[in-house]
Amino acid sequence: MAEPRQGMSAGVAILAVVPLVLLVGLIAWLFSDGAEGLFATDLPPVEAVDVMRHVLEGDVIHLDIVNSGPDPTTIAQVMVRGAFWYHEVTPTRELTPLQTARVTIPFPWNEGEPVEIVLLTSTGLTFDYGIEVATATPGITARALSRFAMLGIFVGVIPVALGLTWFPFLRRLGRSGLGFLIHLTVGLLAFLVVDAMFEGFEAARELPGIYQPQALLLLGFVGAWAFLSGIQLRSSSGHGASAGGAHLAWLVALGIGIHNLGEGLAIGSAYVLGELTLGALLVAGFTLHNATEGIAIVSPILREPDGQLARLIGLGALAGGPTILGCWIGAFTYSQVWALLFLGIGAGAIVQVIGAILGGRTLRETLAPVNLAGMLVGYLVMYGTGLLVGAA
Amino acid sequence: MRRMGEQGRKTLGMAMAIAGTGALAAAVAFVLSTGGGAVASTEHGMSGDMLVGLDGLDLTPYRNTTVGDVGTERFDPDAYLTEELESTTETLEDGTVLRIFEVEAVNKEIEIAPGVFFPAWTYNGQVPGPTLRANEGERIRIHFTNLGDRPHSMHFHGFHPFEMDGAMLKQQVPPNGTFVYEFEADPVGVHLYHCHATPITQHIHNGLYGLWIVDPKGGRPPARELYMMMNGFDPNFDEENEIYAVNTVAFHYARHPIEVRQNELIRIYLANITEFDLINSFHVHATFFDYYPTGTQPEPRDYTDTIIQGQGERGIVEVRFPHPGDFMFHAHKTEFAERGWMGLFRVIPDEGGDG
Repeated sequence: MAEPRQGMSAGVAILAVVPLVLLVGLIAWLFSDGAEGLFATDLPPVEAVDVMRHVLEGDVIHLDIVNSGPDPTTIAQVMVRGAFWYHEVTPTRELTPLQTARVTIPFPWNEGEPVEIVLLTSTGLTFDYGIEVATATPGITARALSRFAMLGIFVGVIPVALGLTWFPFLRRLGRSGLGFLIHLTVGLLAFLVVDAMFEGFEAARELPGIYQPQALLLLGFVGAWAFLSGIQLRSSSGHGASAGGAHLAWLVALGIGIHNLGEGLAIGSAYVLGELTLGALLVAGFTLHNATEGIAIVSPILREPDGQLARLIGLGALAGGPTILGCWIGAFTYSQVWALLFLGIGAGAIVQVIGAILGGRTLRETLAPVNLAGMLVGYLVMYGTGLLVGAA
Repeated sequence: MRRMGEQGRKTLGMAMAIAGTGALAAAVAFVLSTGGGAVASTEHGMSGDMLVGLDGLDLTPYRNTTVGDVGTERFDPDAYLTEELESTTETLEDGTVLRIFEVEAVNKEIEIAPGVFFPAWTYNGQVPGPTLRANEGERIRIHFTNLGDRPHSMHFHGFHPFEMDGAMLKQQVPPNGTFVYEFEADPVGVHLYHCHATPITQHIHNGLYGLWIVDPKGGRPPARELYMMMNGFDPNFDEENEIYAVNTVAFHYARHPIEVRQNELIRIYLANITEFDLINSFHVHATFFDYYPTGTQPEPRDYTDTIIQGQGERGIVEVRFPHPGDFMFHAHKTEFAERGWMGLFRVIPDEGGDG
């Protein structure tokens, strides 16, 4: 049997290569002189330029731009507040598709005012970019780092830690109470997934189509899910398919941590872009919203023999700590593409966590009235606390 | 999965972890390639030149200008200031001078600001079209050829018979067609000619216009004479001008000041053809001028430093600069000035002057 199989695989290999060779040949011909002008038209080039982020310093505006169209484009002039303004473009004004550049405009912008900027290409097309509220972009200084770390601590670490302090009370719950709580966690997490993915698809609409942002979002989603599922499969030996309580708690904390990284990213960047006023209401909203995440983390380990304070602290740090990292990334290197990717990764991680929680249970168990009620309540709690964030 | 052995599960787990890692690494690498990893710049200001003002003030953020310069091989705004279209003359039997011009309508790409190109419709390959100038009472004949790909015409302001009006649909000259316009140079003054084909806003905006000047018998007093056409461009077709100028090129005379002599009489033939905006205006610094609307009357109507013109209005500005130095002239609609309609007179000291 081995001989014919080998013969076949050589034939199969040739069969696999033939279409590839034809394809390469066709592409080469399309770019050759013979085919030049085959599909050419007299239409003007299709130009698209997008501003990925801006950086404001003292009397200087920087724009990081990308040629998001299929044709080369040349940035010829720049207008600020309706007036032509001196500027430089590095490394070059002539951008090939997907090439990025930085436009630096020395301009006396005023704190708190909106600034409209227009990029004029060599063909006379204009691309507008609006800075909603001008405010200096923080440089990476010790002061700025500690400031955004504080923001992350308030929005991510403290709320999760507060949630964990329910632990002694939750340990005293009965069997059905525990089931309710586990499924409440599922409801909480389901809300985070729904929220993140809708936000992701909304953000994707703002991004240049050439980035295929929806596909990128799903790549992050599937990648995170596959990665965490693989980790779980490899490490949960001996317990069958369902993860042990402690193991599950770490998974939940990791999933929530990744989610909070994305949340920190959004908060840090919105703050820097002047799109967010961090009033007491907003911080309170995030605190309430994220406190419930603490419950999700501890619910799998309520039946473990002892509480282990160190473990609780570790879980809290894993779930809440990444918020600080997210705030830093958001504040100092923000791009909407990053934000999109992290929304996808966060959602994929949480879906995996939900799967791990429900994986050890039968469908009958999950659909018991008390558990269904738990899921519904969890979802509604997140919805309600989310209103506080949305209203701020 | 339930029936999978421990080894199978571990292998699958490893494969999934690797696949997930690969997917995430690809995504991160892609985001980094988009410039998403750029770190906030901490370097301050610009490379190279720092401009210093009074008391050491850093002027770099205050430069309201386009960047670069426009090539003058296609169209030279400095030449336009003083050039008229060449003509040939004959004397008719009754002693009248017959003045003959040749004009072609032709499509041509022009540069309206450094690096910004506009597919214009032109007379003789330039925007504004060439200045046509004649003496009062002369017979004018224009051989017009349409080399464009749309019907065009020449409609002159002034007295002429119906057949020479160039305005009605049936008077439009088809592509590759010709027409001979003939009429008397009348009345005296500074006027316009422009295409009257439909849609007229597009035909005018795209560049089909120019000055038509009729000098009085015996001429005007000697002066340094300049032609200025206030115009605007809407290169992105949103029916709003992005670029304003006199004589097409934004900020040209700010980069290349017009040199004049202290106290010399300067006569500016000024017209406004700007589309989309209701008015345009002309303001000059550090002096006042006599203004002759349409140039039809011997006496000035106004003595001022700012006048307004609607579209199609024109007039003669007679001005002297008593002080040497660089003096701005610009639209006092400052929005237009910021978008290119700003220039400089460089006043050279007269010998024995106050310079």
